[in-house]
Amino acid sequence: MRFVDEFRDAEKARALASKIAGLCEPGREYKFMEVCGGHTHTIYKHGLEDYLPEAITLVHGPGCPVCVIPMGRIDDAISIARQPEVLMTSFGDMMRVPGSDGNFFDSNAEGTTIRMVYSPLDSLKIARQNPDRDVVFMAIGFETTTPSTAMTILRAAADGIDNFSIFCNHITIIPAIKAILDSPDLRLDGFIGPGHVSTVIGCHPYEFIAGRYGKPIVVAGFEPLDILQAIYQLMLQLKENRSEVENQYSRVVPWEGNPTALRVINETMQLRPYFEWRGLGFISHSALRIRDEYARFDAELKYHIPGVRVADPKACQCGEVLKGVLKPWECKVFGTACTPETPIGTCMVSPEGACAAYYNFGRFTRTRVREASTR
Amino acid sequence: MCLGIPGEVIEILSDRPDLARVDVSGVTRAINIGLVADTGIAPGDWVLIHVGFALSKIDETEAKAAMDFLESIGKAYDDEIAALRESHIL
Ligand code: SF4
Repeated sequence: MRFVDEFRDAEKARALASKIAGLCEPGREYKFMEVCGGHTHTIYKHGLEDYLPEAITLVHGPGCPVCVIPMGRIDDAISIARQPEVLMTSFGDMMRVPGSDGNFFDSNAEGTTIRMVYSPLDSLKIARQNPDRDVVFMAIGFETTTPSTAMTILRAAADGIDNFSIFCNHITIIPAIKAILDSPDLRLDGFIGPGHVSTVIGCHPYEFIAGRYGKPIVVAGFEPLDILQAIYQLMLQLKENRSEVENQYSRVVPWEGNPTALRVINETMQLRPYFEWRGLGFISHSALRIRDEYARFDAELKYHIPGVRVADPKACQCGEVLKGVLKPWECKVFGTACTPETPIGTCMVSPEGACAAYYNFGRFTRTRVREASTR
Repeated sequence: MCLGIPGEVIEILSDRPDLARVDVSGVTRAINIGLVADTGIAPGDWVLIHVGFALSKIDETEAKAAMDFLESIGKAYDDEIAALRESHIL
Protein backbone atom coordinates (compact mmCIF):
# COMPACT_ATOMS: atom_id res chain seq x y z
CA MET A 1 0.00 0.00 0.00
CA ARG A 2 1.22 3.47 -0.71
CA PHE A 3 0.47 6.42 1.50
CA VAL A 4 -0.16 9.83 0.07
CA ASP A 5 0.45 13.17 1.74
CA GLU A 6 2.20 12.04 4.90
CA PHE A 7 1.09 13.88 7.99
CA ARG A 8 2.55 14.40 11.42
CA ASP A 9 1.05 11.32 12.98
CA ALA A 10 1.27 9.00 10.02
CA GLU A 11 2.93 6.31 12.16
CA LYS A 12 0.11 6.37 14.69
CA ALA A 13 -2.37 6.38 11.82
CA ARG A 14 -0.88 3.17 10.47
CA ALA A 15 -1.07 1.53 13.88
CA LEU A 16 -4.73 2.55 14.18
CA ALA A 17 -5.40 1.37 10.64
CA SER A 18 -4.08 -2.08 11.42
CA LYS A 19 -6.28 -2.27 14.52
CA ILE A 20 -9.22 -1.33 12.29
CA ALA A 21 -8.25 -4.01 9.77
CA GLY A 22 -8.14 -6.54 12.60
CA LEU A 23 -11.82 -5.87 13.32
CA CYS A 24 -13.01 -6.55 9.77
CA GLU A 25 -15.00 -9.75 9.45
CA PRO A 26 -14.07 -11.70 6.35
CA GLY A 27 -16.48 -11.14 3.48
CA ARG A 28 -18.24 -8.23 5.14
CA GLU A 29 -18.35 -4.72 3.62
CA TYR A 30 -18.65 -1.64 5.81
CA LYS A 31 -20.05 1.73 4.81
CA PHE A 32 -19.72 4.73 7.10
CA MET A 33 -21.02 8.18 6.34
CA GLU A 34 -19.10 11.24 7.47
CA VAL A 35 -21.87 13.78 7.84
CA CYS A 36 -19.73 16.89 7.96
CA GLY A 37 -17.95 18.59 5.07
CA GLY A 38 -14.99 19.35 7.34
CA HIS A 39 -14.42 15.61 7.70
CA THR A 40 -14.70 15.12 3.94
CA HIS A 41 -12.02 17.77 3.51
CA THR A 42 -9.60 15.99 5.90
CA ILE A 43 -10.32 12.57 4.38
CA TYR A 44 -9.37 13.72 0.89
CA LYS A 45 -6.58 16.03 1.93
CA HIS A 46 -4.78 13.29 3.81
CA GLY A 47 -5.86 10.39 1.63
CA LEU A 48 -7.33 8.63 4.66
CA GLU A 49 -9.15 6.09 2.51
CA ASP A 50 -5.74 4.75 1.52
CA TYR A 51 -5.09 3.80 5.12
CA LEU A 52 -8.27 1.78 5.43
CA PRO A 53 -8.91 -1.80 4.45
CA GLU A 54 -10.79 -2.14 1.18
CA ALA A 55 -13.82 -3.53 2.98
CA ILE A 56 -14.45 -0.06 4.47
CA THR A 57 -15.99 2.65 2.33
CA LEU A 58 -16.47 6.22 3.49
CA VAL A 59 -19.56 7.90 2.14
CA HIS A 60 -19.78 11.68 2.08
CA GLY A 61 -22.86 13.17 3.63
CA PRO A 62 -24.93 16.34 3.30
CA GLY A 63 -23.11 18.38 5.96
CA CYS A 64 -21.86 21.24 3.81
CA PRO A 65 -24.36 24.09 4.04
CA VAL A 66 -23.25 25.73 0.81
CA CYS A 67 -23.73 22.45 -1.03
CA VAL A 68 -27.34 21.93 -0.02
CA ILE A 69 -28.62 25.43 -0.84
CA PRO A 70 -31.18 25.00 -3.61
CA MET A 71 -30.87 27.18 -6.69
CA GLY A 72 -34.17 28.89 -6.03
CA ARG A 73 -32.82 30.43 -2.81
CA ILE A 74 -29.92 32.01 -4.72
CA ASP A 75 -32.46 33.49 -7.13
CA ASP A 76 -34.48 34.76 -4.15
CA ALA A 77 -31.38 36.39 -2.66
CA ILE A 78 -30.56 38.11 -5.95
CA SER A 79 -34.12 39.32 -6.22
CA ILE A 80 -33.83 40.93 -2.76
CA ALA A 81 -30.45 42.43 -3.71
CA ARG A 82 -32.08 44.04 -6.75
CA GLN A 83 -34.27 46.28 -4.58
CA PRO A 84 -32.84 49.78 -4.99
CA GLU A 85 -31.84 50.47 -1.36
CA VAL A 86 -30.59 47.01 -0.56
CA LEU A 87 -26.99 46.22 0.27
CA MET A 88 -26.66 42.49 0.72
CA THR A 89 -23.95 40.62 2.60
CA SER A 90 -23.06 36.96 2.88
CA PHE A 91 -20.18 34.63 3.58
CA GLY A 92 -17.50 34.43 0.88
CA ASP A 93 -18.39 30.82 0.04
CA MET A 94 -21.78 31.95 -1.23
CA MET A 95 -20.47 34.25 -3.93
CA ARG A 96 -19.85 31.58 -6.55
CA VAL A 97 -22.89 29.39 -5.94
CA PRO A 98 -24.78 29.34 -9.21
CA GLY A 99 -28.40 30.48 -9.34
CA SER A 100 -30.53 29.95 -12.42
CA ASP A 101 -29.29 33.25 -13.85
CA GLY A 102 -25.71 33.41 -12.61
CA ASN A 103 -24.08 33.85 -9.22
CA PHE A 104 -23.62 36.84 -6.89
CA PHE A 105 -20.61 38.13 -8.83
CA ASP A 106 -22.64 38.06 -12.04
CA SER A 107 -25.45 39.83 -10.24
CA ASN A 108 -23.07 42.53 -8.98
CA ALA A 109 -21.81 43.05 -12.53
CA GLU A 110 -25.39 43.96 -13.34
CA GLY A 111 -25.65 46.51 -10.57
CA THR A 112 -26.48 44.82 -7.25
CA THR A 113 -24.26 45.21 -4.19
CA ILE A 114 -23.59 41.86 -2.57
CA ARG A 115 -20.60 42.01 -0.24
CA MET A 116 -18.66 39.23 1.44
CA VAL A 117 -18.41 39.43 5.20
CA TYR A 118 -16.67 37.28 7.78
CA SER A 119 -19.35 37.57 10.45
CA PRO A 120 -23.00 38.63 10.68
CA LEU A 121 -21.70 41.27 13.10
CA ASP A 122 -19.72 42.84 10.24
CA SER A 123 -23.00 43.07 8.43
CA LEU A 124 -24.65 44.80 11.39
CA LYS A 125 -21.81 47.28 11.46
CA ILE A 126 -22.29 48.01 7.75
CA ALA A 127 -25.94 48.75 8.56
CA ARG A 128 -24.88 51.19 11.27
CA GLN A 129 -22.50 52.94 8.90
CA ASN A 130 -25.00 53.13 6.04
CA PRO A 131 -28.26 54.42 7.49
CA ASP A 132 -29.54 55.19 3.98
CA ARG A 133 -29.19 51.56 2.84
CA ASP A 134 -31.20 48.50 3.82
CA VAL A 135 -28.63 45.90 4.78
CA VAL A 136 -29.69 42.28 4.35
CA PHE A 137 -27.50 39.45 5.62
CA MET A 138 -27.97 36.19 3.76
CA ALA A 139 -27.54 33.74 6.63
CA ILE A 140 -26.60 30.16 5.89
CA GLY A 141 -25.22 27.27 7.87
CA PHE A 142 -25.94 24.54 10.35
CA GLU A 143 -25.97 24.92 14.12
CA THR A 144 -22.36 26.14 14.06
CA THR A 145 -23.36 29.47 12.51
CA THR A 146 -27.02 29.72 13.61
CA PRO A 147 -26.21 31.00 17.14
CA SER A 148 -24.16 33.81 15.58
CA THR A 149 -27.11 34.95 13.52
CA ALA A 150 -29.35 34.68 16.59
CA MET A 151 -26.97 36.81 18.68
CA THR A 152 -26.79 39.37 15.88
CA ILE A 153 -30.59 39.66 15.76
CA LEU A 154 -30.65 40.19 19.54
CA ARG A 155 -27.95 42.87 19.20
CA ALA A 156 -29.80 44.64 16.40
CA ALA A 157 -32.96 44.61 18.52
CA ALA A 158 -31.14 45.92 21.61
CA ASP A 159 -29.48 48.70 19.60
CA GLY A 160 -32.72 49.55 17.76
CA ILE A 161 -31.19 49.16 14.31
CA ASP A 162 -33.98 49.13 11.77
CA ASN A 163 -32.16 49.10 8.42
CA PHE A 164 -30.98 45.54 8.98
CA SER A 165 -32.59 42.21 8.24
CA ILE A 166 -31.75 38.54 7.75
CA PHE A 167 -32.51 36.34 4.76
CA CYS A 168 -32.55 33.19 6.84
CA ASN A 169 -31.37 29.91 5.33
CA HIS A 170 -30.27 28.14 8.49
CA ILE A 171 -30.74 24.41 8.42
CA THR A 172 -30.55 21.70 11.04
CA ILE A 173 -28.56 18.51 10.68
CA ILE A 174 -30.74 15.96 12.44
CA PRO A 175 -33.64 15.85 9.93
CA ALA A 176 -31.14 15.45 7.08
CA ILE A 177 -29.55 12.46 8.78
CA LYS A 178 -33.01 11.02 9.32
CA ALA A 179 -33.88 11.54 5.64
CA ILE A 180 -30.74 9.63 4.68
CA LEU A 181 -31.55 6.82 7.11
CA ASP A 182 -35.04 6.57 5.62
CA SER A 183 -33.83 6.63 2.04
CA PRO A 184 -33.85 3.24 0.34
CA ASP A 185 -30.83 4.12 -1.85
CA LEU A 186 -28.17 3.54 0.72
CA ARG A 187 -27.32 1.00 3.38
CA LEU A 188 -25.02 2.47 6.00
CA ASP A 189 -23.32 0.76 8.92
CA GLY A 190 -22.67 3.84 11.00
CA PHE A 191 -21.95 7.55 11.13
CA ILE A 192 -19.01 9.78 11.89
CA GLY A 193 -20.83 12.60 13.69
CA PRO A 194 -20.11 16.28 13.01
CA GLY A 195 -17.67 17.84 15.48
CA HIS A 196 -18.50 21.52 15.50
CA VAL A 197 -22.26 21.23 15.11
CA SER A 198 -22.11 19.04 18.21
CA THR A 199 -20.40 21.74 20.27
CA VAL A 200 -23.79 23.47 20.00
CA ILE A 201 -26.37 20.66 19.96
CA GLY A 202 -24.41 18.19 22.11
CA CYS A 203 -24.71 14.42 21.72
CA HIS A 204 -28.29 13.70 22.87
CA PRO A 205 -29.95 14.51 19.53
CA TYR A 206 -28.13 11.56 17.94
CA GLU A 207 -29.64 9.00 20.28
CA PHE A 208 -32.42 8.04 17.84
CA ILE A 209 -29.76 6.92 15.34
CA ALA A 210 -28.32 4.45 17.81
CA GLY A 211 -31.68 3.56 19.36
CA ARG A 212 -34.41 3.56 16.73
CA TYR A 213 -32.18 2.83 13.74
CA GLY A 214 -29.64 0.67 15.53
CA LYS A 215 -26.64 2.38 13.91
CA PRO A 216 -23.55 3.43 15.85
CA ILE A 217 -22.45 7.05 15.64
CA VAL A 218 -19.18 8.53 16.88
CA VAL A 219 -18.82 12.32 17.08
CA ALA A 220 -15.32 13.11 15.84
CA GLY A 221 -12.73 15.86 15.60
CA PHE A 222 -11.18 17.02 12.34
CA GLU A 223 -7.63 15.73 12.46
CA PRO A 224 -6.72 12.59 10.55
CA LEU A 225 -6.22 10.63 13.77
CA ASP A 226 -9.59 11.77 15.12
CA ILE A 227 -11.33 10.36 12.08
CA LEU A 228 -9.43 7.07 12.16
CA GLN A 229 -10.10 6.78 15.89
CA ALA A 230 -13.82 7.31 15.22
CA ILE A 231 -13.78 4.60 12.55
CA TYR A 232 -12.06 2.29 15.02
CA GLN A 233 -14.76 2.99 17.62
CA LEU A 234 -17.47 2.33 15.02
CA MET A 235 -15.86 -0.97 14.04
CA LEU A 236 -15.54 -1.97 17.68
CA GLN A 237 -19.23 -1.25 18.29
CA LEU A 238 -20.18 -3.39 15.30
CA LYS A 239 -17.90 -6.20 16.43
CA GLU A 240 -19.49 -6.13 19.87
CA ASN A 241 -23.01 -5.77 18.46
CA ARG A 242 -23.50 -2.40 20.09
CA SER A 243 -25.07 0.74 18.66
CA GLU A 244 -24.32 3.76 20.80
CA VAL A 245 -23.57 7.43 20.58
CA GLU A 246 -19.91 7.96 21.44
CA ASN A 247 -18.00 11.22 21.69
CA GLN A 248 -14.46 10.94 20.36
CA TYR A 249 -14.10 14.76 20.43
CA SER A 250 -14.90 15.32 24.10
CA ARG A 251 -11.94 17.68 24.39
CA VAL A 252 -14.10 20.20 22.50
CA VAL A 253 -17.64 18.82 22.47
CA PRO A 254 -19.52 18.78 25.79
CA TRP A 255 -22.16 16.03 25.95
CA GLU A 256 -24.81 18.67 26.65
CA GLY A 257 -23.69 21.07 23.90
CA ASN A 258 -23.82 24.82 24.46
CA PRO A 259 -27.03 25.69 26.35
CA THR A 260 -26.63 29.46 25.79
CA ALA A 261 -26.37 28.95 22.04
CA LEU A 262 -29.46 26.72 22.02
CA ARG A 263 -31.37 29.27 24.09
CA VAL A 264 -30.64 32.22 21.78
CA ILE A 265 -31.51 30.18 18.69
CA ASN A 266 -34.80 29.22 20.27
CA GLU A 267 -35.49 32.78 21.34
CA THR A 268 -35.09 34.25 17.85
CA MET A 269 -35.96 31.43 15.44
CA GLN A 270 -38.47 28.66 14.94
CA LEU A 271 -38.71 25.59 12.74
CA ARG A 272 -40.18 25.92 9.27
CA PRO A 273 -42.73 23.25 8.35
CA TYR A 274 -40.41 22.15 5.53
CA PHE A 275 -37.45 23.37 3.49
CA GLU A 276 -35.91 22.34 0.21
CA TRP A 277 -32.42 20.84 0.28
CA ARG A 278 -30.51 20.52 -2.92
CA GLY A 279 -30.47 16.89 -3.91
CA LEU A 280 -32.49 15.73 -0.92
CA GLY A 281 -35.72 17.51 -1.81
CA PHE A 282 -38.15 18.86 0.78
CA ILE A 283 -37.41 17.77 4.34
CA SER A 284 -39.86 18.53 7.12
CA HIS A 285 -38.79 20.64 10.07
CA SER A 286 -35.28 20.91 8.69
CA ALA A 287 -34.75 24.67 8.64
CA LEU A 288 -35.35 27.77 10.69
CA ARG A 289 -37.11 31.07 10.15
CA ILE A 290 -37.13 34.21 12.25
CA ARG A 291 -39.70 34.17 15.07
CA ASP A 292 -42.70 36.50 14.82
CA GLU A 293 -41.38 38.56 17.75
CA TYR A 294 -38.43 39.53 15.55
CA ALA A 295 -40.37 39.71 12.27
CA ARG A 296 -39.00 43.18 11.57
CA PHE A 297 -35.61 41.54 10.97
CA ASP A 298 -37.00 38.96 8.55
CA ALA A 299 -36.05 39.82 4.96
CA GLU A 300 -38.55 37.27 3.66
CA LEU A 301 -41.36 39.37 5.12
CA LYS A 302 -39.77 42.73 4.31
CA TYR A 303 -39.28 41.99 0.61
CA HIS A 304 -41.24 40.05 -1.92
CA ILE A 305 -39.28 36.99 -2.95
CA PRO A 306 -40.17 34.87 -5.98
CA GLY A 307 -39.80 31.64 -3.96
CA VAL A 308 -39.75 29.62 -7.15
CA ARG A 309 -38.44 26.09 -7.08
CA VAL A 310 -35.74 25.73 -9.74
CA ALA A 311 -34.68 22.32 -10.98
CA ASP A 312 -30.95 21.63 -10.92
CA PRO A 313 -29.13 21.73 -14.27
CA LYS A 314 -29.54 18.45 -16.13
CA ALA A 315 -25.86 17.58 -16.01
CA CYS A 316 -25.66 18.13 -12.27
CA GLN A 317 -25.51 15.06 -10.04
CA CYS A 318 -24.96 16.85 -6.75
CA GLY A 319 -28.05 15.20 -5.31
CA GLU A 320 -26.55 11.74 -5.71
CA VAL A 321 -23.21 12.97 -4.33
CA LEU A 322 -24.89 14.58 -1.31
CA LYS A 323 -26.80 11.41 -0.54
CA GLY A 324 -23.60 9.42 -0.84
CA VAL A 325 -24.95 7.37 -3.75
CA LEU A 326 -22.32 8.62 -6.21
CA LYS A 327 -18.67 9.41 -5.62
CA PRO A 328 -17.68 12.85 -6.95
CA TRP A 329 -15.65 11.51 -9.85
CA GLU A 330 -18.59 9.42 -11.01
CA CYS A 331 -20.49 12.58 -11.98
CA LYS A 332 -20.31 12.97 -15.74
CA VAL A 333 -19.20 16.60 -15.67
CA PHE A 334 -16.70 16.24 -12.81
CA GLY A 335 -13.42 17.95 -13.61
CA THR A 336 -14.47 18.71 -17.17
CA ALA A 337 -17.43 21.09 -17.37
CA CYS A 338 -17.59 21.38 -13.56
CA THR A 339 -14.47 22.66 -11.75
CA PRO A 340 -13.97 24.97 -8.75
CA GLU A 341 -13.43 27.86 -11.19
CA THR A 342 -16.60 27.15 -13.17
CA PRO A 343 -18.84 25.15 -10.87
CA ILE A 344 -22.04 23.71 -12.29
CA GLY A 345 -23.08 22.24 -8.97
CA THR A 346 -22.71 23.46 -5.39
CA CYS A 347 -20.47 20.60 -4.23
CA MET A 348 -17.69 22.10 -6.34
CA VAL A 349 -17.93 25.54 -4.67
CA SER A 350 -17.12 25.28 -0.98
CA PRO A 351 -13.75 23.75 -0.04
CA GLU A 352 -15.82 21.41 2.13
CA GLY A 353 -17.93 20.20 -0.74
CA ALA A 354 -17.10 16.62 -1.68
CA CYS A 355 -16.43 17.47 -5.34
CA ALA A 356 -14.14 20.43 -4.56
CA ALA A 357 -12.28 18.44 -1.91
CA TYR A 358 -11.79 15.54 -4.28
CA TYR A 359 -10.82 17.84 -7.14
CA ASN A 360 -8.25 19.66 -5.02
CA PHE A 361 -6.66 16.73 -3.27
CA GLY A 362 -8.06 13.55 -4.67
CA ARG A 363 -5.69 12.83 -7.46
CA PHE A 364 -4.16 9.84 -5.73
CA THR A 365 -6.99 8.35 -3.73
CA ARG A 366 -7.51 4.67 -3.40
CA THR A 367 -9.31 4.13 -6.69
CA ARG A 368 -6.62 5.88 -8.65
CA VAL A 369 -3.86 4.10 -6.79
CA ARG A 370 -5.54 0.79 -7.50
CA GLU A 371 -5.98 1.69 -11.16
CA ALA A 372 -2.34 2.66 -11.37
CA SER A 373 -1.17 -0.54 -9.73
CA THR A 374 -3.16 -2.77 -12.09
CA ARG A 375 -1.87 -1.01 -15.15
CA MET B 1 -17.14 29.63 7.26
CA CYS B 2 -17.44 26.14 8.72
CA LEU B 3 -13.91 26.08 10.14
CA GLY B 4 -13.57 26.58 13.86
CA ILE B 5 -10.40 28.56 14.45
CA PRO B 6 -8.65 28.83 17.82
CA GLY B 7 -7.86 32.23 19.25
CA GLU B 8 -6.28 33.43 22.47
CA VAL B 9 -8.18 36.00 24.49
CA ILE B 10 -6.08 39.12 25.02
CA GLU B 11 -8.57 41.32 26.82
CA ILE B 12 -12.26 41.66 27.52
CA LEU B 13 -13.46 45.08 26.38
CA SER B 14 -14.30 47.12 29.46
CA ASP B 15 -17.19 49.00 27.85
CA ARG B 16 -18.55 45.92 26.06
CA PRO B 17 -18.16 42.83 28.25
CA ASP B 18 -19.70 40.67 25.51
CA LEU B 19 -16.71 41.41 23.28
CA ALA B 20 -13.08 40.36 23.57
CA ARG B 21 -9.94 41.09 21.66
CA VAL B 22 -8.38 37.83 20.51
CA ASP B 23 -5.22 36.82 18.73
CA VAL B 24 -5.68 34.35 15.90
CA SER B 25 -2.42 33.39 14.22
CA GLY B 26 -1.06 36.88 14.79
CA VAL B 27 -4.23 38.66 13.64
CA THR B 28 -5.88 40.65 16.43
CA ARG B 29 -9.61 41.19 16.13
CA ALA B 30 -12.63 41.78 18.32
CA ILE B 31 -15.00 38.83 18.59
CA ASN B 32 -18.19 38.16 20.52
CA ILE B 33 -17.90 35.94 23.61
CA GLY B 34 -21.54 36.06 24.66
CA LEU B 35 -22.13 32.38 23.84
CA VAL B 36 -19.41 31.22 26.25
CA ALA B 37 -19.83 33.91 28.90
CA ASP B 38 -21.05 31.44 31.51
CA THR B 39 -17.76 29.52 31.32
CA GLY B 40 -16.01 32.59 32.73
CA ILE B 41 -13.71 33.83 29.97
CA ALA B 42 -10.50 35.63 31.00
CA PRO B 43 -7.38 36.85 29.22
CA GLY B 44 -5.10 33.91 28.40
CA ASP B 45 -8.03 31.55 27.71
CA TRP B 46 -8.38 29.87 24.34
CA VAL B 47 -11.64 29.75 22.43
CA LEU B 48 -12.83 28.15 19.21
CA ILE B 49 -14.21 30.85 16.92
CA HIS B 50 -16.89 30.52 14.25
CA VAL B 51 -17.84 33.55 12.13
CA GLY B 52 -16.85 36.05 14.80
CA PHE B 53 -18.28 34.24 17.82
CA ALA B 54 -16.52 32.08 20.39
CA LEU B 55 -18.48 28.83 20.41
CA SER B 56 -16.49 26.87 22.97
CA LYS B 57 -13.64 27.22 25.38
CA ILE B 58 -10.74 24.86 24.75
CA ASP B 59 -7.45 24.17 26.50
CA GLU B 60 -4.12 25.37 25.21
CA THR B 61 -2.93 21.93 24.08
CA GLU B 62 -6.06 21.49 21.97
CA ALA B 63 -5.68 25.02 20.59
CA LYS B 64 -2.10 24.33 19.51
CA ALA B 65 -3.02 20.98 17.95
CA ALA B 66 -5.96 22.52 16.13
CA MET B 67 -3.74 25.34 14.87
CA ASP B 68 -1.12 22.90 13.52
CA PHE B 69 -3.85 20.97 11.80
CA LEU B 70 -5.48 24.06 10.28
CA GLU B 71 -2.14 25.32 9.00
CA SER B 72 -1.65 21.97 7.31
CA ILE B 73 -4.89 22.23 5.34
CA GLY B 74 -3.71 25.28 3.44
CA LYS B 75 -6.06 27.34 1.35
CA ALA B 76 -9.31 26.92 3.27
CA TYR B 77 -7.57 28.16 6.42
CA ASP B 78 -5.75 30.98 4.62
CA ASP B 79 -9.09 32.14 3.23
CA GLU B 80 -10.64 32.07 6.70
CA ILE B 81 -7.80 34.15 8.18
CA ALA B 82 -7.99 36.56 5.24
CA ALA B 83 -11.73 36.95 5.89
CA LEU B 84 -11.09 37.51 9.60
CA ARG B 85 -8.56 40.19 8.72
CA GLU B 86 -11.35 42.06 6.92
CA SER B 87 -13.64 41.79 9.92
CA HIS B 88 -14.34 44.98 11.90
CA ILE B 89 -17.29 44.50 14.15
CA LEU B 90 -16.68 47.52 16.35
S1 SF4 C 1 -19.06 17.47 -10.38
FE1 SF4 C 1 -20.22 19.38 -10.25
S2 SF4 C 1 -22.26 18.91 -11.03
FE2 SF4 C 1 -21.24 16.94 -10.63
S3 SF4 C 1 -21.90 16.42 -8.56
FE3 SF4 C 1 -19.98 17.55 -8.34
S4 SF4 C 1 -20.57 19.70 -8.08
FE4 SF4 C 1 -22.38 18.60 -8.83
